[in-house]
Amino acid sequence: MSTTTAGRPGKVVASDRAKAENRLGLKLVAPAVVVMLVVTAYPMIQALYLSLYRYRLTTPDDKEFVGLSNYLTILSDSLFWQDTVNTVIIMIVTVAIELVIGFAFAMVMHRIVFARGAIRTSILIPYGIITVVSAFAWQFTFSINNGWVNSWFAWLPWIGPDTNWFGEHWPAMFAIMVSEIWKTTPFMALLLLAGLSQVSEDMIEAAKVDGATWWQRLWKVILPNMRAAIMVAVLFRALDAFRIFDNIFVMTRGAQDTESSSFLTYRQVIEQFQLGLGSALSVLLFLTVLLLAWLIVKLFRVDLAQARGEG
Amino acid sequence: MNRTRNLIGTWVGFLLILVWCLLPVVWIISLSFKGVGETAAGSPQFLPKDPTLQNYKDILNDGDFLDALRNSFGIALIATFLSVIFATLAAYAIARLEFRGKRLVLSLALAIAMFPVVSLVGPLFDLWRTFHLFNTWPGLIIPYMTFTLPLAIWTLSAFFREIPWEMEQAAQVDGATSWQAFRKVIVPLAAPGVFTAAILTFFFAWNEFVLAISLTSTTKSRTVPAQMSYFVGPDPFNPPYGQLATASVVVTVPIIIIVLLFQRKIVAGLTSGAVKG
Repeated sequence: MSTTTAGRPGKVVASDRAKAENRLGLKLVAPAVVVMLVVTAYPMIQALYLSLYRYRLTTPDDKEFVGLSNYLTILSDSLFWQDTVNTVIIMIVTVAIELVIGFAFAMVMHRIVFARGAIRTSILIPYGIITVVSAFAWQFTFSINNGWVNSWFAWLPWIGPDTNWFGEHWPAMFAIMVSEIWKTTPFMALLLLAGLSQVSEDMIEAAKVDGATWWQRLWKVILPNMRAAIMVAVLFRALDAFRIFDNIFVMTRGAQDTESSSFLTYRQVIEQFQLGLGSALSVLLFLTVLLLAWLIVKLFRVDLAQARGEG
Repeated sequence: MNRTRNLIGTWVGFLLILVWCLLPVVWIISLSFKGVGETAAGSPQFLPKDPTLQNYKDILNDGDFLDALRNSFGIALIATFLSVIFATLAAYAIARLEFRGKRLVLSLALAIAMFPVVSLVGPLFDLWRTFHLFNTWPGLIIPYMTFTLPLAIWTLSAFFREIPWEMEQAAQVDGATSWQAFRKVIVPLAAPGVFTAAILTFFFAWNEFVLAISLTSTTKSRTVPAQMSYFVGPDPFNPPYGQLATASVVVTVPIIIIVLLFQRKIVAGLTSGAVKG
């Protein structure tokens, strides 16, 4: 796979040429690395530092070292836990549903012989549309006054013309998750389609000849062979879903306890100018994402290097 | 028998995908043609009773919205341009050269791609005020570069790895200077990848919301997504439907044009970074 390094001088002949190549390589990546670090590493260190202070922008003279007390405040606050639970629920539900629907879409796209361009174009539209716009579209869809959900689904016993989706916790969470699933399923479908096209047709054919049913071929041949693609898709989407912010900001502004971890952090810092407390939240959020990434990689033994042909 | 069933299944799937992808889009377009009278009275029907262009007239005369549109275009284009240049240099080095720290760069990029953007908002807010970058174009362009570089580097290095670099040397053997060899052989092969990375970067910058609302305060630098969220008015449960729908249509048009023109490239770019083995 990686053929570019073949035939290059090994370490034994650490010639001038190899040294020059090393220097050139470092020079070429330097600008990108600097830009990436300036906006992430420095602010993260700053956040660590600020999180140890009581620091409100409205009363800057009151800045005082408080040690870990910001963390204690947060971890003993039920709002923090409520928001974390919301975020985890949104992440698990949306990724699970996206995986199933995305896989179904990928199967259709894989088999389809006509109108490939049309289907590819339409599946990219939800991916490309900005999240704020998709959130508005779905907010209006579920709107009690102007939405079509209540009239189209009136045949369901629990839906009537005055069903207020944004008036209660679970219906509001449902609407938020629908908007998230709508927008990101196409991305999942595209990744899975790429994985699907790597499963050898011969193997599927052989299984067919051996008398395996469609279901058996799916579970015994297709899915195991696209494990890497599935895991990478799940990892990326899960971490992405954990950062959910735009939809909630637009659709409920956190009303009906639909706030996410990201939203809570934003609110503390930008709306309430609580830089100390907000920074502690930032650090916790960052650590949670790290832990999550580590868990997913360990649990599913995702080999990212292998998945992208590095190994 | 089995064949017909398969064909019907595929057709049904095809139609389902189309409905899934396009229904909300048709809905928002339909809303944009509904008059204030209709939405204020409550109009659960899908298509407008009495289509009007009033919302489009209002939006295109809304100075704040036009400012935001200009900011969005400017910021997204500059961020895309710079990010793609930096990413191209880095990806070339990663695909072509042997140097220490190569894996480190790729891991850093991966870590940043997963970074919770909101956790930077506080410190950046503080930092940008100190350096007078708060509420300016560079104040958004710099972080947008940071967050698009990982995707651009991964996509491009996957592309570059497939370029037959030996052709460059072959051209040199045939008498071309190294600049000529690079320009005539490598640039045409690399251009599609670079272009794809640019589209994906532009999508990100056009879409970004958290930083846009946190690091701006006026229409001097506020981008469209942020501006739209301020449209909402005093009552979040009774937004100005028609105008918001129209604004949505206007910001979606550039995306749809890009998708229509370059769908093949976008799909290749999206999947090559993550899945290609």
